[in-house]
Amino acid sequence: MQIKEKGEWKPKIVAFCCNWCSYAGADLAGSSRLSYPADVKIIRVPCSCRVNPMFILRAFERGADGVILCGCHPGDCHYSTGNFYARRRMTLLFSMLNYLGIENGRTRVEWVSAAEGAKFSQTMNEFVEKIYSLGENVRLGDLRCKN
Amino acid sequence: MQELITRAKELLSLGMVSRVLGWRAGDLSYNPEPAFFEKEEELGKLVYDGFCGANLSKYMIEASALPGKTLVFLKPCDTYSFNQLIKEHRVDREKAYVIGVGCRGKLDIEKIKAQGIKGITSVSDTGLNGEDEIKIQTIYGEKTCTYNSALLSRCHVCKGKEHKIYDELMGESRETKDAERFDEVKTIEAMSSEERFAFFQKELSKCIRCNACRNVCPACSCRKCVFDSTKFDSAQKANVDSFEEKMFHIIRAFHVAGRCTDCGECSRVCPQGIPLHLFNRKFIKDIDEFYGEFQAGEDIETKGPLTSYTFEDVEPGIVKERG
Ligand code: SF4
Ligand code: SF4
Ligand code: SF4
Repeated sequence: MQIKEKGEWKPKIVAFCCNWCSYAGADLAGSSRLSYPADVKIIRVPCSCRVNPMFILRAFERGADGVILCGCHPGDCHYSTGNFYARRRMTLLFSMLNYLGIENGRTRVEWVSAAEGAKFSQTMNEFVEKIYSLGENVRLGDLRCKN
Repeated sequence: MQELITRAKELLSLGMVSRVLGWRAGDLSYNPEPAFFEKEEELGKLVYDGFCGANLSKYMIEASALPGKTLVFLKPCDTYSFNQLIKEHRVDREKAYVIGVGCRGKLDIEKIKAQGIKGITSVSDTGLNGEDEIKIQTIYGEKTCTYNSALLSRCHVCKGKEHKIYDELMGESRETKDAERFDEVKTIEAMSSEERFAFFQKELSKCIRCNACRNVCPACSCRKCVFDSTKFDSAQKANVDSFEEKMFHIIRAFHVAGRCTDCGECSRVCPQGIPLHLFNRKFIKDIDEFYGEFQAGEDIETKGPLTSYTFEDVEPGIVKERG
């Protein structure tokens, strides 16, 4: 873990959440007063399959230490099949990142429905903890985008 | 070679085809280049030797827009790419007259140089019916080496000498496969995460972003490519940070995942000798393991693995479980 002048290193975590289930799940977590770390920055997307592999790499480039994608449970997609395609794409992408020697665990997919506020908060807490244990992302970052 | 020329002349004179897509001598004798021939007289320049590794199927995209049929010579591995392009509606089957040509493996000049043979001026006896030994003319005199010792690495893992699509066949093929396709990928998978990172960092840092791998790839046939976009700071340029190299290669491999036939052209043309097939084969191996065996270009009907799904597909978490 790198200590910066300003103080302790804080991870930057990007969470792509689909509009129909997971974003609503995050909302529910909020209105139920369940907490999740402020290190998580949510980006709302219309569907989990909107997330192009480039989005994930871009997030890492710009300094993210972990990227998580949340969508409706398989079978519950608002657009019927979007998350099925997302599931295959992310499986292959994560496997490729692992193959290139990018630490396992910096990427994750979790299915969170609109009713699962508790799952949302638990998932985010777990994920942030994992990123703390992995430390700063140096293998897939762009030096020019640091600080 | 002569029989190819004779047949091409015949088809041209009968009016069955309007042009011929083949190879002609390039700037260096061991570097033939793809070429269109429209007149019978020009066909004398057509060559088909051991260095005709270039896959002509991608040129059929432009030929499909021209009037009349085009005669195209395809090696067994090229026919997979051609099928894939038909499936993607990028080439018109009706506009092509495919002659499946035999193959005894194609040569890699770098493999000859690696044997200590320098100052090469020309290489003879590399045709389909040539001997097992090839003669290399150099400024230091004549040298020899075996045909097999100079094969392109892709030919050692050749998918087979059966043409997947053709109108007629010409020339005998010879078996070249003597290694397993996924062995290299398996070796890398067995390394530790740090070793893998170091290995790819070393290979990819050689990339000069010449885009040759993309330009030659039959699967990279989009009219607009993300790597030409000036709005996205991903356009062609020398890499300033190691991130850009990785992004280019991950994204390019991803964009052809499930469509790449493993034709091996990307690795063949890379001026920096980067083993690009290691990316594509990793995707192919994963697809085979997760979603069942799939060979792009095997036929023109089967749905691709990234454009289909099943309810029971593995979760992305499997990557972590496998380690
Ligand atoms: S991969 Fe097979 S068909 Fe293709 S050039 Fe090599 S030996 Fe010939
Ligand atoms: S052909 Fe080689 S050097 Fe050129 S862009 Fe592709 S990987 Fe980089
Ligand atoms: S990525 Fe390489 S092996 Fe795959 S289709 Fe393109 S050129 Fe051929």
